[in-house]
Amino acid sequence: MKSLQARQAPLADTAYQLTVLTQAEAVGAQLPAFAHRLRESGLLPLQPTKLGVMQINVGKMCNQVCKHCHVDAGPDRTEIMTRETMQLCLQALAQTDIPVVDLTGGAPEMNPDFRWLVEQISALGRQTIVRCNLTIIVANPKYHDLPEFFARHQVRVVSSLPHFSAGRTDAQRGDGVFGRSIRALQLLNAAGYGVEGSGLTLDLVYNPAGAFMPGSQVGLEREFKQRLGREHGIVFNNLLTITNLPVSRFLEYLLESGNYESYMQKLVAAYNPVAAANVMCRSTLSIGWDGQLYDCDFNQMLELPVASSVRHIRDFHEATLAGRAIVVNQHCYGCTAGAGSSCGGATT
Amino acid sequence: MSTYYNPADLAKFGNITEWQSEMGNKFFAYYAEVFKEGALTEREKALIALAVAHAVQCPYCIDAYTTDSLQKGADEAQMMEAVHVAAAIKGGAALVHGVQMMNKAKELSM
Ligand code: SF4
Ligand code: SF4
Repeated sequence: MKSLQARQAPLADTAYQLTVLTQAEAVGAQLPAFAHRLRESGLLPLQPTKLGVMQINVGKMCNQVCKHCHVDAGPDRTEIMTRETMQLCLQALAQTDIPVVDLTGGAPEMNPDFRWLVEQISALGRQTIVRCNLTIIVANPKYHDLPEFFARHQVRVVSSLPHFSAGRTDAQRGDGVFGRSIRALQLLNAAGYGVEGSGLTLDLVYNPAGAFMPGSQVGLEREFKQRLGREHGIVFNNLLTITNLPVSRFLEYLLESGNYESYMQKLVAAYNPVAAANVMCRSTLSIGWDGQLYDCDFNQMLELPVASSVRHIRDFHEATLAGRAIVVNQHCYGCTAGAGSSCGGATT
Repeated sequence: MSTYYNPADLAKFGNITEWQSEMGNKFFAYYAEVFKEGALTEREKALIALAVAHAVQCPYCIDAYTTDSLQKGADEAQMMEAVHVAAAIKGGAALVHGVQMMNKAKELSM
């Protein structure tokens, strides 16, 4: 599989993705505008609360090409954040008391300045979360010591593992990914990650391998713990369930498999006003590889910038950004369905 | 629609309460209670439901509990094994009645 961009697929164009998303609204009476649902819930305009997380997307380069990737990441993507832009992020961070920096990608570890960035965030006394795809740890000897590096900086590791069976994991993430992920998890465990009393947190992310919503986070966590423990001796802290949003390659999958309309209808039918009040964009600021600012990683991938006079990290001004209205569109139904979905898992 | 089954009808299941709300509501309350996590996990119950759906050959339930089993984290192997359990019981139930057939045939034969 290649990225949409490498295949020059029509959906590589974000304007076309938005057309697909908003046309569905026009054709199907059962797909009301998301903004309309928010208004009914008394949440429009959607406003930010206190900033709790600075999410930095350090690039689209990745060693994997997962079918559901909303970033359209892959080995053929070359966009990565420069050290200069990282410095601007750190300057902005220093002006605030934002406690957590969430590093994402692509595979963030593939950015040559990744380790430097983690060290600087540590030096500022903030916590780093890394969205580690696991296989990167075993992909190349230069990454083998990542678990020790993470441990040294008390990084919280959040790793995707779509299923505890090889079949369902490989179907979403590529052949052999399950086996390599298990090896990486064993290395993280050996470094103390997920082990009780170590203080080193290893969370797993479950997102459905297909056109359905995640089941209960509590039930799935127990199932994952039992199966991974029994079959592979693996321990971890929490399982975070995430709903796939109809963006980029997952949108392509929905359209090509004929599941688009029924999936959207499922999300709309499961709209939960409590989840809507807790969407992650209210307390997160998302920064793109080129320093542009977004309400979340999904808006970033749809190239929907923040609706503010401050649009680049070099101009960061917390109070100005706090006065903005969050940009919403039909993909936002993914965050508000059922128990809610965010980078931190279910929200209700 | 020129067939008896229309997939869109599954979403209308709740409308059953329209013509008999008291019984309908009681059924749905009971139904919700049955599928809550108890001595069995929600995933185990979804797989039982999937197997039963095949035994009673209800396309609505096959649709609903295939989705539900996936949502609850079941994989293809677990789901197909559940169907084989239904098949074994159904097949076994037919076959075990062969004993009655044998009894009767023996009774009637010289
Ligand atoms: S989902 Fe994650 S691991 Fe998979 S291609 Fe996208 S960025 Fe890479
Ligand atoms: S997709 Fe982004 S903007 Fe929309 S609700 Fe989710 S986090 Fe907020």
